[in-house]
Amino acid sequence: MESIKQKLGPPAYAARPDFRNLGVILRLLLAVNLLAVLTVLVRVDDPGMLLPELVLMAGRVELPLFLSVLLLYSLALRLHALTAEWSFAGVCGVALVSVVLTWPLVQESEGGSLFRSLGWALGATLLCLLYFDYRSRLFSPALTEARLLALTARIRPHFLFNTLNGVLGVIRTDPLRAERGLEELADLFRVFMRDNRELVPLGDEIALCKRYLELEKLRLGERLRVRWEVSLGADDELARALVPALLLQPLVENAVYHGVEPRLDAGEVVVRVAQQGRDLLLEVDNEAVAQASHHAGNNMALDNIRERLMLFYDLEGRLESDCSKGRYCVRIRLPIRSSSA
Amino acid sequence: MTALPLRVLIVDDEAPARNRLRDVLGDIAETHPARIVGMASNGVEALRLLETSEVDVVLADIRMPAMDGVELARHLARRENPPAVIFTTAFDEYAVQAFDVAAVDYLLKPVRAGRLAKALEKLKRILPADDVLVTLAPGERQHFSVTERGRILLLPVTDVRYLKAEQKYVTACTQDRDYLLDETLMQIEQEFPERFLRIHRSCLVARTAIAGVERVGEGDGEGRWDVLLRDSDEHLPVSRRQWPVLRQALGV
Repeated sequence: MESIKQKLGPPAYAARPDFRNLGVILRLLLAVNLLAVLTVLVRVDDPGMLLPELVLMAGRVELPLFLSVLLLYSLALRLHALTAEWSFAGVCGVALVSVVLTWPLVQESEGGSLFRSLGWALGATLLCLLYFDYRSRLFSPALTEARLLALTARIRPHFLFNTLNGVLGVIRTDPLRAERGLEELADLFRVFMRDNRELVPLGDEIALCKRYLELEKLRLGERLRVRWEVSLGADDELARALVPALLLQPLVENAVYHGVEPRLDAGEVVVRVAQQGRDLLLEVDNEAVAQASHHAGNNMALDNIRERLMLFYDLEGRLESDCSKGRYCVRIRLPIRSSSA
Repeated sequence: MTALPLRVLIVDDEAPARNRLRDVLGDIAETHPARIVGMASNGVEALRLLETSEVDVVLADIRMPAMDGVELARHLARRENPPAVIFTTAFDEYAVQAFDVAAVDYLLKPVRAGRLAKALEKLKRILPADDVLVTLAPGERQHFSVTERGRILLLPVTDVRYLKAEQKYVTACTQDRDYLLDETLMQIEQEFPERFLRIHRSCLVARTAIAGVERVGEGDGEGRWDVLLRDSDEHLPVSRRQWPVLRQALGV
């Protein structure tokens, strides 16, 4: 099994750009155009010639660029199946092929050399790949950190000790409930401690949250109310969609800590899961408690989730939180990836 | 060791936690006889129980809704012959440090029998001063205590619309009536910087109670501003010194 391996390899999923992601496509277009502008700025001395040269450059760059993006989009899955080196070579190949294929159209405007264009395209491709590699490295600490956070700050020691105390409190009167509580605690910590850098099926994450809430019910009893509004689609299709591990649980824990525990009467946590077009929508909603002391742990968990969404989904994953009409709501939207793809 | 059993009040918002303390007290009953006077699920309930029964020790959880353990201790400290307070907490690095500094007794949950026995042996009967207790809780109180004819009333802070200093006392005014507090305006202003605004040397107003401001005495050159209160005809004068502060706070 993979999880037995102690040494952590590079995160397989995040290392390579997903050429079907809107954010990646936008970054690619911007980066190449920026390089084109820089090239012109370096080459042209006469300010008066700047504009015509820019137009000329655009004429040469845009067509192969669009073709590359299109090819990368259609070949994304194949590239993904290759090893890192081969997919790297594949991307360079796509760029070169695009230049060659568009050459007859571009070349008529000016008698440039094909080899110089190929050289430029190769350089631009390498720079872009370096940029994406740098970006993934920049964000990958968030993944390792997620695991640490789970064990320290986010899975608050408060939670562990209170739960143990709760189990001890029922052990004499209701040994069976105590037993179940310890089993749930063991299951939870197994998930908290495993390598959480891979995507997991949404169904598993929901099961984890249910287990966690069961444990909190032991302590809070009737004060904790939970409403699940989950529509998993026909044949539980949505349950197989892949999401980052520990995406929902920290939000539910926050809702209990801030929205239920400080309340005198019962507090309700609402969890919504729904599909909207090709997006997955997750919502955790609790009654806001008017208290000045807003725990710093809350923002830490949100920031971490936001970073991981950025890493996995770039611009297509979003986390928003708002407080209105006496309710505090955190909303996550991310593109659906199914386990079969 | 005293022959009489100690009278104990258990305060915790979680039922299993209360039961656990009760069980452990039962386990050490032979060496440390104790009688559980009552169990309360927050500070307000505890104070209500304490009105009718005599208690030697209060075992109070720190984090509770309505009134936490530290606020409970602050209200108890105002009484004559307050009971000893032992705090219980699951985990709070900040609080634990503060408790060591304040020299108050605390137990970490899950509470062990041996540790509880030790705490009961050397009860600290004297509660620390209010300013020390303040350092234990990062939050503000949710109630003022009002002593009236030998009884102690709890006045929810949210009910107070404004506070006025008159000679030795501070009067807290609510929609219904006024209460005398044994505190200074300065202390209150420091504890509730978000809730109350100072509009005069002798007056604090709850932000939420302010309906608007009105200019009075126009024409004499020496005009001043008054604060208008929500649902009331009362006017409170704003001092010239506090006017710029108030104006900024209200954004007018």
